[in-house]
Amino acid sequence: MTEKKWPETWQEVNPGCMVFRPGSAAAYHTGSWRAMRPIWDNVKCIKCGVCYIYCPEGCVTEDADGFFEVNLDYCKGCGICAHECWPSAIKMVNEEE
Amino acid sequence: MSKRVGMEVTTACAEAAALCRIDVASVYPITPQSHIAEHLSEIVNDGRLDASFMTVESEHSALSAAMGASATGARVFTATASQGLLFMSEILPITSAMRFPVVMIIANRAISGPINIWNDHSDIMHTRDTGWISFFADNGQEVVDMTIQAFKVGENRNVMLPVNVNVDGFQLTHTVEPILFPDQEEVDRFLPEYVPYATLHPDRPVSMGTLGVPEIYAEAQKAKDVAIVNSIKVVKEVWKEWEKLFGRKYEPIQSYRTKDADVALVTMGSMGETAEIAVDALRKQGVKAGLLKIKLWRPFPFAELKKAVKGIRVLAVTDRACSFGGPGGPVFSEIRSALYEESVRPAIVNYLIGLGGRDVQVEDFMEMVRKAAKGKLSEPYEFYGVRG
Repeated sequence: MTEKKWPETWQEVNPGCMVFRPGSAAAYHTGSWRAMRPIWDNVKCIKCGVCYIYCPEGCVTEDADGFFEVNLDYCKGCGICAHECWPSAIKMVNEEE
Repeated sequence: MSKRVGMEVTTACAEAAALCRIDVASVYPITPQSHIAEHLSEIVNDGRLDASFMTVESEHSALSAAMGASATGARVFTATASQGLLFMSEILPITSAMRFPVVMIIANRAISGPINIWNDHSDIMHTRDTGWISFFADNGQEVVDMTIQAFKVGENRNVMLPVNVNVDGFQLTHTVEPILFPDQEEVDRFLPEYVPYATLHPDRPVSMGTLGVPEIYAEAQKAKDVAIVNSIKVVKEVWKEWEKLFGRKYEPIQSYRTKDADVALVTMGSMGETAEIAVDALRKQGVKAGLLKIKLWRPFPFAELKKAVKGIRVLAVTDRACSFGGPGGPVFSEIRSALYEESVRPAIVNYLIGLGGRDVQVEDFMEMVRKAAKGKLSEPYEFYGVRG
């Protein structure tokens, strides 16, 4: 059974909205806020990891070959990775594209 | 055994907080509350109370620190007035949302401007909708009693809300009154040790003050509203218990000579006692006057009000704060709204009185009743006694 993201009804809200399960914020997928998403061009990528360092969500990860990818469950599409990528290997594209 | 002592009300209030064995006092001094902070710091300094007195740098910090202390499971007390309460306003709804039973004395004082240090209710009305339970005291005895009752109500597991006790600045705070103090054993029996719902502790991880996204915010607000609405039951239980133990009766709305009243005044706070004298004087003249004193402002006692106004032809509601460009004073609009669906309801008129410390005397209340008897004033709300 998948864990509920939030209480179904007001009766289920803990007093003071207290959360007793550590790390449960991960169940909230902030990626739904996104309007644009980053696309990597691995021909241009020099594997410097600037995107990994600058991502404010910490949702950019390194793959087995040393290239980088994004976890779209959490990526809000802020574009900081694309802005900081100095070889211009990252492009922001509209979600519907 | 209770002991009767002549004491300034602020001093008495600090003594009452000490009787509650508070763990933390987080207070920033402001007129006319300062004597509470001063006397409480003396009590702690003298070793009469094992508590931490936090000398914070502002009211915003005072309430923030109070919340932090409450999160560790401490019994916490604070006090403020006027601009100090407004400076706290960012933290007020957070204290109630996080369900911390902090108790705060508000030494009611007009808010600026023009700058004024004297008494009215514009401070509490400005911060009315922040989810705190609100008591209003008539006299020094009630201040002491309500301070102790406030902890018992707020800490109840079915309530878990902060409580403020409204004490008219100067009229009450700086008056020396004979006050009956319950002794420590009696208070200990009435108010056992605080058992918090949750505390910040590394062995039992908990997140407090979390984000409320659109999918949860409305549910959180509904839960808070239900908590404060339902708290009236606990308030009444605590007041019943108090009456049994100490013989002093508290009700959400206290009626005075309203049984056959034609016109009844409505007051909150210390002016109730002046109004009582006015009612007695009018009765001697054959005028069927009465008085309703609101002791519990939040949660508003709707059922009790409807019962209390039965048979009354005209209500003369006094307000000690303005709602600029609004329907009248906050107490008036509340009462009018509360009675809207009643098939038989009194005519209701509104006087704004005692603003910024303006004296209101017995004769003034008598005049208000006489004018109200017509059931209508020339204006929707009248600044009583205003010049011009």
